[in-house]
Amino acid sequence: MTLTLGMEAPEFDLPGVDGQNHSLDSYADAKALVLVQSCNHCPWVQAWEGRLNSIAGDYADRGVQVVAVSSNDVESHPEDSFDEMKARSSAQGFTFDYLYDEPQALAHALGAERTPEVFVFDDERRLVYHGAIDDNRDDTAVQQHYLRDALDAVLSDQEPPVRDTPAVGCSVKWK
Amino acid sequence: MKIEFLFWRGCPSHPEARELLADVLAAHGIEAEVDEHEVTTQEEAERLAFPGSPTIRVDGQDVDPAGASARPALTCRIYHLPDGRVSPVPTREQLEEALT
Repeated sequence: MTLTLGMEAPEFDLPGVDGQNHSLDSYADAKALVLVQSCNHCPWVQAWEGRLNSIAGDYADRGVQVVAVSSNDVESHPEDSFDEMKARSSAQGFTFDYLYDEPQALAHALGAERTPEVFVFDDERRLVYHGAIDDNRDDTAVQQHYLRDALDAVLSDQEPPVRDTPAVGCSVKWK
Repeated sequence: MKIEFLFWRGCPSHPEARELLADVLAAHGIEAEVDEHEVTTQEEAERLAFPGSPTIRVDGQDVDPAGASARPALTCRIYHLPDGRVSPVPTREQLEEALT
């Protein structure tokens, strides 16, 4: 099933690199929840990683929770194993939760196809923005800050100015 | 001059790299044929020592020697920029250095 704008966030309960399990209910207090289909190995993810980390930090005290999820098959891509996820999170100083979706159930429920691919849910956990973090993998050439604009809108009880953009990146590595 | 352009369709990086390669060739007036080859299986990736998509070789030499020895795989290739950032495609400078 592919999630479309207005639909509710899917339930999940997944282990995080912090050693804790995190479910949809874990984030019940967040004014906005950002789920990001992600992984370790993809250069497109790595190109946006710093910006995602900045956004997670910048919006944390405004009630926004950013959660990255890797669902990739670790047999074909061992760089995406749970141990490697823990190592990368530590090395890069991730300010967001990083969860391992080994069964790939959350990726399927979201209808995710790419890494990175962003899903923003409002305080009622309805999907209000889907797609790219911004409009250029090169951070020096960004013109449109889709995710930041969507979060600013949600926090002001407004509709994001752009609600759906193509996610550009590696394919999710299905089993 | 022999130019090989190896790619895997599962990664979206190759169109941008192919365009950049064509641009650099045109800018320097190099009229060489580019041998494009789609890698489709892990076995083929291993046989061709394909470290990820895209991979560009000039007279058999990888345009980014530092990344050429990565594990062969059907995956997107990582290029490291001089300023420490990561890119899914080589830089113009890397192509120019390999081609001129």
